[in-house]
Amino acid sequence: MTTNSSVTATGAGAGKESAPRLRIGEWIIENLIRLAGLSTVVIVALIFLFLLREGGPAFLDIPLRQLFGVRWYPIEDIFGLLPLLVGSLLVTVGAVTIAVPLGLICAIYLGEIAPPWQREILKPLIEVLAGIPSIVLGFLGWVALAPLIQNAGAATGLTAFTGSVILAYMSLPTIISISEDALYAVPKEYRDGALAIGATQWQTIWRVVLPAARSGIVIAVMLGIGRAIGETMAVMMVTGNAANIPAFGPGMIFEPVRTMTATIAAEMGEVAQGSLHYNTLFGIGIVLFVITFAINSLAGRIVGTRGARRQGGNL
Amino acid sequence: MNRQQTNRLAKALITSVAILVVVPIALVILYVFYNGIGTISWEFITAPPSNGMREGGIWPALLGTIFLTFGTAILSFPLAIGAAIYLSEYAADNRSTRMIRLAIVNLAGIPSIVYGLFGLGAFVLFMQFGTSILAGSLTLGILTLPVVISTAEEAIASVPQQFRTVSLSLGATRWQTIRHQVLPHALPGILTGIILGLGRAAGETAPILFTVAAFYLPEPPQSIFDQTMALPYHLYVISTQVPGMPLGIQYGTALVLLFIVLSLTLAATFVRTSMRRRREW
Repeated sequence: MTTNSSVTATGAGAGKESAPRLRIGEWIIENLIRLAGLSTVVIVALIFLFLLREGGPAFLDIPLRQLFGVRWYPIEDIFGLLPLLVGSLLVTVGAVTIAVPLGLICAIYLGEIAPPWQREILKPLIEVLAGIPSIVLGFLGWVALAPLIQNAGAATGLTAFTGSVILAYMSLPTIISISEDALYAVPKEYRDGALAIGATQWQTIWRVVLPAARSGIVIAVMLGIGRAIGETMAVMMVTGNAANIPAFGPGMIFEPVRTMTATIAAEMGEVAQGSLHYNTLFGIGIVLFVITFAINSLAGRIVGTRGARRQGGNL
Repeated sequence: MNRQQTNRLAKALITSVAILVVVPIALVILYVFYNGIGTISWEFITAPPSNGMREGGIWPALLGTIFLTFGTAILSFPLAIGAAIYLSEYAADNRSTRMIRLAIVNLAGIPSIVYGLFGLGAFVLFMQFGTSILAGSLTLGILTLPVVISTAEEAIASVPQQFRTVSLSLGATRWQTIRHQVLPHALPGILTGIILGLGRAAGETAPILFTVAAFYLPEPPQSIFDQTMALPYHLYVISTQVPGMPLGIQYGTALVLLFIVLSLTLAATFVRTSMRRRREW
């Protein structure tokens, strides 16, 4: 600070005397900042390495045929991942089927139709939704939604569908905020042009704005999938935790399932460290890491770090 | 049906779907409030659970969540803000910067349970912190990095370029410019990121399952190497693991957790809005 004022007062010469000490301080600070930036890459690498260290043995010790088998039965050391994969897939597909149309329509409303004062109310509300802890939504799914679904005629209220509904709600903020970004990025001239040649607002949205925002919407869907597949607590509480593959058919969504995430959360507390079961749970972690890494790397290329913020549902 | 009618119909449909999506958000909050408010009392907040959790309060869990949230703040925010300054002020548009950005996007997308696994493997076992507040805070700290970094970076980058140019032209060094010109103006935005990070840390369950959370501990923790109860995990325990649990206590616990997390989210929104209003450029 003294250097700074003396420079302005008497010119560059006076500043030089105290400069070296200051430079060392700045050199340290600037390098710490650089280090902080690079640390993010190191952390991602460390996460992968630690997963590999604890989970790698599972892929070496369990024969591939068993790993892709249909039985998850840890008590007998049978670790077939298929039921868990199917469980995650069912719940995720269900969630995305519900959340994508709703989220997209909401984004269209926010971006194209709603007057500013409504936007001022709706955006914070959606951010609030993004902030509700998953355990609270899981709890509500458990005490309120599951009984509703059971009363509607399902054998149990704890089904893949229950999980899908809760998950759809949880991934809505991500989908809404990223698709709204995509709509916002469409140049205003496109809309003006369409309206000027006599198109109605709906025609403009449907034929001009949406096609122009296509790639951004695809990313919104991808990140929505990434969010749904990784959700743990709410899903664990409402999907019934049955590690078997429901009979194929339209009714399978109303069967209890168990996802990859829920399996880790439910079983890790009870396994002996270093056992095959322990390694396999980390192995499931590797599978989850790889899936979400692929989704985010692909999407992140296009939306950049903004995506990190939008994933939290920030508008 | 002519196109004007189609237009009206489409807009009406879009509007009603948007309402259909947003109204349940408010309903969820009101529902928890309505069912939980009857349980909230001074005793509920300040007493430990008793009679196998079926009576008493939530004090140890609440305290644990406060400890974990502060631990997260201390451990992760200096790093997050450093990274944000680096990305906004120092990073050139090159390969390594792109890698950093990719890393941040991926950190945001990694499932919270995978953070839990990492915390278990790295902090609890490898670094031998045991299941402890330290291990839990470190895990939560890493989990909150992306949201804090990206919010803070946006705030720093939105400070007008002229501020930097003028400061540098008066002879200030790069760091002096950042320290005295850029950061003060970016402070509200950085604060928004920090508060959002705190809210995230307070509400997460999966990352603390194997790194810190205790099923039941009547006494508060004595050091950062102790386990602690935590509110989100406590809600999980009392809603699924304890048979015959009175609903009132469950809703009351959910309400307290929701209140903490939502006040942080709203505080962040408030700071950001008032910052936008006050901005002079």
